[in-house]
Amino acid sequence: MAAPTTTGPPHSPAVQDGASDGASDGAVDGAFDCALDGAFDEAPVAAMAHQIRQDVIRMAGGPEGAHAGGSLSCADLMAVLHARLLRPGDAFVLSKGHAAPALYSALVQLGRLPADELDSYAQPGSRLFGHPAHDLPGVEFATGSLGHGLGLSIGLALAELLRGGDRRVYTVLGDGELQEGSVWEAALLAGHRKLPNLVAAVDRNGLQITGGTEGCVALEPLDAKFAAFGWQVRTVDGHDLAALHEALQPSPDGPVMVIATTVKGRGVPFLERKVAGHYAKLKPALVQRALAALARAAKGEPS
Amino acid sequence: MTQTIAEVELGPDPRAAYRDTLIDLAAEDPRVICLDSDTGGLEDTFAERFPDRYINVGIAEANLMTVAAGLARRGFIPYVHTMATFATMRAAEFLKVDVVGNRLPVRVIATHGGLSAAHFGTTHFALEDLAVARALADLAVVVPGDGRQIGAATRQLHELPGPAYLRLGRSATPAPPMPQGSAPDFRLGRARTLREGTDVTIVATGAMPLLFALEAASRLAGDGIDAEVLELHTLHPLDRDGLLAGCRGRAGVVTVEEHRPQGGAGDAVAEVVSAELAVPIRRVAVRGRPGARVAGQRDALEAHGVSADAVVEAAGRLLDHTQNTDRKTR
Repeated sequence: MAAPTTTGPPHSPAVQDGASDGASDGAVDGAFDCALDGAFDEAPVAAMAHQIRQDVIRMAGGPEGAHAGGSLSCADLMAVLHARLLRPGDAFVLSKGHAAPALYSALVQLGRLPADELDSYAQPGSRLFGHPAHDLPGVEFATGSLGHGLGLSIGLALAELLRGGDRRVYTVLGDGELQEGSVWEAALLAGHRKLPNLVAAVDRNGLQITGGTEGCVALEPLDAKFAAFGWQVRTVDGHDLAALHEALQPSPDGPVMVIATTVKGRGVPFLERKVAGHYAKLKPALVQRALAALARAAKGEPS
Repeated sequence: MTQTIAEVELGPDPRAAYRDTLIDLAAEDPRVICLDSDTGGLEDTFAERFPDRYINVGIAEANLMTVAAGLARRGFIPYVHTMATFATMRAAEFLKVDVVGNRLPVRVIATHGGLSAAHFGTTHFALEDLAVARALADLAVVVPGDGRQIGAATRQLHELPGPAYLRLGRSATPAPPMPQGSAPDFRLGRARTLREGTDVTIVATGAMPLLFALEAASRLAGDGIDAEVLELHTLHPLDRDGLLAGCRGRAGVVTVEEHRPQGGAGDAVAEVVSAELAVPIRRVAVRGRPGARVAGQRDALEAHGVSADAVVEAAGRLLDHTQNTDRKTR
């Protein structure tokens, strides 16, 4: 079929602005090159993840606080995606939009946002809302209402197939988010259409606002559920960068669901596995404690 | 204009009229994608002509909206198909956040509007959809009252840069008579004058309401009351100038619609008219709880406050009101 080749219809201002490329060209900016030769150099990815965690803590130390726990748990996942996997033209949708601090940090490190803008997080006049807004460079869709990202990603993936392109779509979901019914409408469709260019990852940190996911409304066996829906399911340690990098590769056999087993609040001992760490407003002393713990962890010292 | 509704010939089937235009548009514009939610009627028409551009997401209206947003983000113009009540109620937040929130050119084709599927029962009534669609603010909202205009409405909506909501009935309704010498033209965003008059103005939205309005105007004429009839097919953007011109100096305005009074066409008219003119407005709209017993579309409407009788009565009250007040204040 003849299909449009531009990123947006000529009459649509919504897709002509700076956000139209979305995350598509972000990965080539800045210090992070694409690793297309298969070799995985862990150090720069670990550095990005470390910076994400530091930035998350700084934002949690701001006047409004931040969704710290779920931003820290997906920091390694976000780093692998943004430092290594997103190629020019690929798309990224943060379905768990409350992990916006992690995304903002990644976008700063890719040169899409100025670094000092992170100080304005959730403050009057800032572009950096608690959940990503759609007019921000590198953000294709506003997210934050859970259960939207997978369907949006399917639309992007179908569009790519219709245009005969080979660009990929990556999305990160929360585990609590999987209690939204719309996720399963989308999961059913992606599996049915065997989308070869869609890679989703669940940040399986096991906690939600009221406690454990299994005590709220149980999700397990999660791998079997997605497999039954036609996905290529890969369960990995969500803090093992090399394992994540391998698991997040697309499959010609259909959409890939990476279940990344993570620790909520990862890297900050007083937030790890803590339900209350879901949303944290940290006083300066706790910010310092958290940053010190992150620094020790980055050097391989015990926390 | 003396025929009763029963004597008027049926207009085209609304879904077929729309579908024919969609297929023409798809032939002309490679950006057109047909997104189905298992509604029936597209899989053996559109899909046979354009199999690559027919995507059935299954019975999943939330996902219908999000997948459409993704496709539209990459330059396609998705036409999504479901019933009016599911488009605006079940999938409301997905329509709001993903489609309208991003001002993406998705066309929501909402069938079974109003009580047009009255025999299906209450789950299939769409009597709140226009309130939701209007409240989304950046969504063009069109309710063709004349099946002969559906093709033109579809084509004009296709040209819009942002999202659009097209509410269609389930089945053919009687075609409203044309004013002498006029063709059934359609101009998006412009109210259509079907009958000129000076005493009261009847503003009708939807096929059955338009028929009721025209019949009421005929009966009022028999009583010496000169009623203007405007068809307000576009609820957003609203024809402010047309409404003000059509209502200025009248004893009152009667709105008639296939919707609850809250948030529908009557409220849209009031938003514009009440800000500028001291003209009373009475809403003829669906009252109470239809659906206790099976009834056809027309009977269900008439039993719940929407009828030619109701329009005549509302106009009469406005004129009584006028005789008791100083017209100079108007």
